[in-house]
Amino acid sequence: MKPPPFDYAKPRSVDEVVELLREAPDDSSVLAGGQSLMPLLNMRMAEPRLIVDLNRAEGLDAIEWTPDGRVRVGSMVRQRRLETDRELRDRLPLLTEAARHIAHVPIRMRGTVGGSLAHADPAAELPATVCALDARLVVRGPEGERGIPAREFFLGALTSAIEPGQLLVEVEIDPVPKGTGWAFREVARTHGAFALAGVAALLHVADDGCIDLARLALLGVGSVPYVPDWLGEMAIGEAPEESLFRKIGDRLRKEVAAFDDVHASADYRRRVAGVLTARALAEAAGRSNGSGTG
Amino acid sequence: MTRRVSMTVNGRSVEGEVEPRRLLADFLREDAHLYGTHLGCEHGVCGACTILLDGEPVRSCLMLAVQADGAELTTVEGLAGKDGLHPLQEAFSEHHALQCGFCTPGFLLTSLYLIREQPDLDDEDEIREALSGNLCRCTGYQNIVDAVRDAAGRLRQEPQTTKG
Repeated sequence: MKPPPFDYAKPRSVDEVVELLREAPDDSSVLAGGQSLMPLLNMRMAEPRLIVDLNRAEGLDAIEWTPDGRVRVGSMVRQRRLETDRELRDRLPLLTEAARHIAHVPIRMRGTVGGSLAHADPAAELPATVCALDARLVVRGPEGERGIPAREFFLGALTSAIEPGQLLVEVEIDPVPKGTGWAFREVARTHGAFALAGVAALLHVADDGCIDLARLALLGVGSVPYVPDWLGEMAIGEAPEESLFRKIGDRLRKEVAAFDDVHASADYRRRVAGVLTARALAEAAGRSNGSGTG
Repeated sequence: MTRRVSMTVNGRSVEGEVEPRRLLADFLREDAHLYGTHLGCEHGVCGACTILLDGEPVRSCLMLAVQADGAELTTVEGLAGKDGLHPLQEAFSEHHALQCGFCTPGFLLTSLYLIREQPDLDDEDEIREALSGNLCRCTGYQNIVDAVRDAAGRLRQEPQTTKG
């Protein structure tokens, strides 16, 4: 298995990348970490005329915090860095936890945040995680920059809102309230394999003992991350009890779309999604720390 | 159109003229004539082709040779020194951690990174997790895990034998 011939460019700046993509919007591929594109090339499932390599383009690999607690994660930040960056681990542990579930260390060494998001694999960890975090994905093209809410970014399996000629440059995440609990759970056939089903959860329990924030995004069920729009209605103002979490899990089990394949039946995936959701919510509730003062 | 690439492999400078589509693994084998890097699946799953790129483990089948221009690489050929096998290799040999040997180069380099990152490594679960991206189809994993644990212990006692 060897890649087909292609032209190769390694631009030094984002402007150059945009210029190259503008010239060949339909038959160019952007090479980030290469952990999905390179297999596609080796198997000749992708045959672009031009490969635009982002690895030498400056300004895409920063993690920047604003004074108001927002973070901007550059698209070329390696997945391994999500896992090892201390500030991220302290302030957005959900992202750290999700990153640990991506494949294996040698894959995460090269694999990037932007690459995983732009590839939009329905079983991947980061797409669901940025949905749970309500992130904005910033794309740049000849017309300038545009922020796309994560929940509108994933259009279908391997299809995102990035248009030909555009590049995903960063992910912008607003702070979650102090003391918000988190959990990331998935079930895979073997350690590091793509998940059969998984869930990213955030939950905050207010000082009065009631839930005042709950967010969920599921992966592996359906062609895009599944975000239940009824969750707030069902959870906000309620006590963080197992029975509530089970009810939410049951509702999801009945509601999510799933598919049969050699790894698992659709029924099994739905069941796993429901059970993982209940467990993740309980785990997140256990980690929630009221107003975060304790 | 070919391009000139140059990189340092196991401390030696290697140059070549390659098409952009040349995989790094193929460059190492066919241009640098270092056949120790094995290609199993060629899509990143088996881990046999894992090498160290600037000290970090990567799949050489998922990189282009042109991307490694200017980089420092370590392949399995870089482990043994003048005094013989690297302690990791010795431990693999003593624990019968290889049978056919096809997966061994990938295991060795993944393990080398692991031990350098965590010199106090002793926990079997941690070793298993760190090696989970490497597949072995004959000897089985127990002996490999034992060998890595043992090698970490040896390197703690004889830090002067740690290479590079």
